Amino acid sequence: MSVLTVGQLTAYIKDLFAADAMLNKLRVSGEISNFKYHTSGHMYFTLKDASASLRCVMFKSANERLAFRPADGFKVVAGGRLSVFERDGQYQMYVESMIPDGVGSLFAAFEMLKKRLEAQGLFAQGAKVKLPRFPQCIGVVTSPTGAALRDILATLSRRFPQSEVRIVPVLVQGTEAAAQIAEAINFFNTFSDVDVLIIGRGGGSIEELWAFNEEAVAQAIYNSRIPVVSAVGHETDFTISDFVADVRAATPTAAAEQVVPDKHELLQFLHVAEKRMFMMMRAKIDNNRRYLESLANAREITRPNVRIDQYRQVLDSIDTRLKDRLAYVLQGCAARLNYLDGKLEALSPEAVLARGFAICLDEAGTVVRNADSLNDADFLNIRLHQGIVGARVVKT
Amino acid sequence: MMLTHPKKLALTFEQALKRLEDVIACLERSDCPLEEALALYQEGMTLLVHCRDKLDDAEKKVTIFSKETGKFENIM
Repeated sequence: MSVLTVGQLTAYIKDLFAADAMLNKLRVSGEISNFKYHTSGHMYFTLKDASASLRCVMFKSANERLAFRPADGFKVVAGGRLSVFERDGQYQMYVESMIPDGVGSLFAAFEMLKKRLEAQGLFAQGAKVKLPRFPQCIGVVTSPTGAALRDILATLSRRFPQSEVRIVPVLVQGTEAAAQIAEAINFFNTFSDVDVLIIGRGGGSIEELWAFNEEAVAQAIYNSRIPVVSAVGHETDFTISDFVADVRAATPTAAAEQVVPDKHELLQFLHVAEKRMFMMMRAKIDNNRRYLESLANAREITRPNVRIDQYRQVLDSIDTRLKDRLAYVLQGCAARLNYLDGKLEALSPEAVLARGFAICLDEAGTVVRNADSLNDADFLNIRLHQGIVGARVVKT
Repeated sequence: MMLTHPKKLALTFEQALKRLEDVIACLERSDCPLEEALALYQEGMTLLVHCRDKLDDAEKKVTIFSKETGKFENIM
């Protein structure tokens, strides 16, 4: 029997490990203890259960992808390979991936991943795309046997059967689920021309919904150019995919309702549209007719003489004013004539006689102006207003 | 007046509905001349028929992806 060096033996054992298919790709569940996060970025810890323990290392390149920060007491499922660390003569597990196993760990992992993805901007409102109003084709990523698919198909067919539906069946729980869901989302984005995607599943425990909390699904949704509606579980269930998706629906039924319009509402809208168009058209025609009638009834058309009559009236009024003015001027002249006539009359001897004066004339017919020119018994003619009388002078 | 046969409209339901909404908005404008209104009304009626036809279209299919064939196959 040949003698081996320690190094040769260790190398031999290492080769044995390397040749074993199971040891190169295995998943181990256990509780973390002696967790050390080295300043180099690598993680060192022990996985243990009631009967055994296993040394583990998770290098920086692998643990950067962790959804959560491991800690002592966490129950996890670690994935990776088993190999020999020659220097210490120890076998250890080189952990490539790790997910929490158990509700407490899951909640912690959920919060960690949520915080991290939020910081990376995966939940940003600005990154969200509006859903098309009338999708021609809808992609569905869910379990082919679940109630979720039944609800989605029933709702789509009730509301808007015109849309085509393409389903990519996936596992929605278990260790393969997240990878399948992410792959299906990528598949739709690469090979199938759909307008909107619904991803989801019915209600379940946090473990059952876990696939929708994994980073692979979150990244696939974020990178999807097709708008994604996430419908996982019931109203009270929130998953990471709900936060990343363009729209979060409370249930699969609600997702279908948000993705398509309601055919009956559309028919109702068309009915109202038809009525409105008819009413508006009739109103427009009526208005035009009424306007036309008002034009036809205009006075200028029915009685063209109106304008002439108006001018005639104006002329009449000018005429009247002219006449009035003339009469006034004439009246003024007449008044002045009367006045002058009066004056003239006042100067006439006749008017003096009329007032009671008399004119004395001597026998020669000369007006007697001085009593001294008369002698006793001279004959006088006295002219009165009415007639002439003879008289004799009596000198005293 | 041109009468477009509804079957000949190449519009999607969404486009037809959008155009219908525009037509109604135009009709509602008080300064819309009568000739234009009549043409719009005609167009609106054509669009209505088109939209109703689209809604009455036979149901589209539901398919599921098969890994065996690598294609979407009819579900029923």
